[in-house]
Amino acid sequence: MDAILTLIAPFFRDLYETTGINFNVFYDPYQFKRFLIGAENSILLILAAILLSVIVGVAGAAIQQSRSTWLRWLVGGYIQLFRNTPPMVQLLFFYFGLGAYAPQVDMGGYYQPMVSAFGWAVIALGIFGGAFNVEIFRSGIEAVPKATLEAAESLGFKPWQTFVYFTLPLAFRICLPALTTNLVSLAKTTSLAYVISVPEMANMLNQVWSSTFNIPEMMAVLFCFYVGVVWLLAAFLHWLERRLRLRGYSK
Amino acid sequence: MKSFARSGVLGLVCAFIAAPAYAADVSTGPCGFCVLWDWIPFILNGFALNVVISILAMMLALVLGIGLGLMQISESKLASVPARFVTQLLRNAPWIVILFMIMSLIPYRIEVQGWGNFILSDWIKATFAFSLPVMANVSEILRGAVASVPKGQWESAESLAFSRGQSLRWIILPQCVKQMIPHLMNWFALLVLATPLASIIGVREAVGSAQAAMESAGSSPTLLIPFYFFLMMIFFIFIYPVAIWSRRLERNYAINS
Repeated sequence: MDAILTLIAPFFRDLYETTGINFNVFYDPYQFKRFLIGAENSILLILAAILLSVIVGVAGAAIQQSRSTWLRWLVGGYIQLFRNTPPMVQLLFFYFGLGAYAPQVDMGGYYQPMVSAFGWAVIALGIFGGAFNVEIFRSGIEAVPKATLEAAESLGFKPWQTFVYFTLPLAFRICLPALTTNLVSLAKTTSLAYVISVPEMANMLNQVWSSTFNIPEMMAVLFCFYVGVVWLLAAFLHWLERRLRLRGYSK
Repeated sequence: MKSFARSGVLGLVCAFIAAPAYAADVSTGPCGFCVLWDWIPFILNGFALNVVISILAMMLALVLGIGLGLMQISESKLASVPARFVTQLLRNAPWIVILFMIMSLIPYRIEVQGWGNFILSDWIKATFAFSLPVMANVSEILRGAVASVPKGQWESAESLAFSRGQSLRWIILPQCVKQMIPHLMNWFALLVLATPLASIIGVREAVGSAQAAMESAGSSPTLLIPFYFFLMMIFFIFIYPVAIWSRRLERNYAINS
């Protein structure tokens, strides 16, 4: 990382000295470190929230296949509750509301909450994104052709084998476009972690512009960072879609 | 549909039962729900601002978005390339980033020659900021809807000597409206759910009001769950009917087409 800084620093320092456009995160080692911390936390947050939301989605969809009406209602209630309330308020509810009741760890003299702001952001955003994923996975499972499953059964596959080897891989491919849309939108939503002071990009750049007052430049960095990360994620998921596409099996 | 409504209500009931149970076993402060009761009118007053912001932003987004969408489908590269660029850029940026940019880059006071000074208060800037991502998505919805109209419609219109503009105005766009409506309602719901972000920049909408209320009530930790839960509920009550209605419209459209 230091090598990168020494590579780009002369250009950005020159830019500042000749034009006054101050991208100090790209030449000042101290501010560059802030930028790196922000980038690392933002990217980790996006990946962790996506992972949790997919797990929640698969679990929820599995429960919705169950016979128990109560369980299905519970999952249905969860979906509606989290889809139709502001994610920012969910985040505040988890972090401040539930966080006040979370166990504290004795750090030798002082107490620290067991779940950090970052942890609460992952939990809240994973549950929020999961609410959308449940319905996406469910529609995928329901769209697997009955004939395929009957063929699997007639070839002597047990029900769980049919589910693991036929239903899941097909369902995943069927719902991948919808999943892509949702995960991209979840990645954008992770920027809300700013409100519970997770040291992600917006927070770190806020520290930068509070000390050096180069607000427009830092806004540009923040904007480009998110547009870039979201674009990369979308590109990866579209690549995955093409990669997994089955021949002769469109839609 | 009925089962959806029932399951939603059930979920709420469960959550209501769970929340006080939590509050009861740690509380050393005042009873959170009792304090909340006194502040409900104040918070609802703040929520009115959320509704106003989202309706104004939606109207602005519709006007700008339809303009941008028409530019996107224009045959002139000069209009379509920049329009596509702006659409993609604003669709890929998080709400909060756009909000920060608008807040810091638009001045507090604008002078218009011959019209005098305009003071742009924070909530007006927030309204404008929230309209931008919705605008980009309206633009994309319009482009998608126009693309989904069968080619034959364009060809028939051409054979009847309609110009491109006339075909759009009288033949293509009327067919798009019906399938655009559920998507637009969906975006209205997302817009309402994004308005609490305005509290970050100091706008006293529902969340800002609730936080101010908690502070004046002594910032006891027992207030947190009731207040934030109440906030979730008012948004839920406002948004859930929109969600049901849009889903119904979408289903009707799918059946009719």
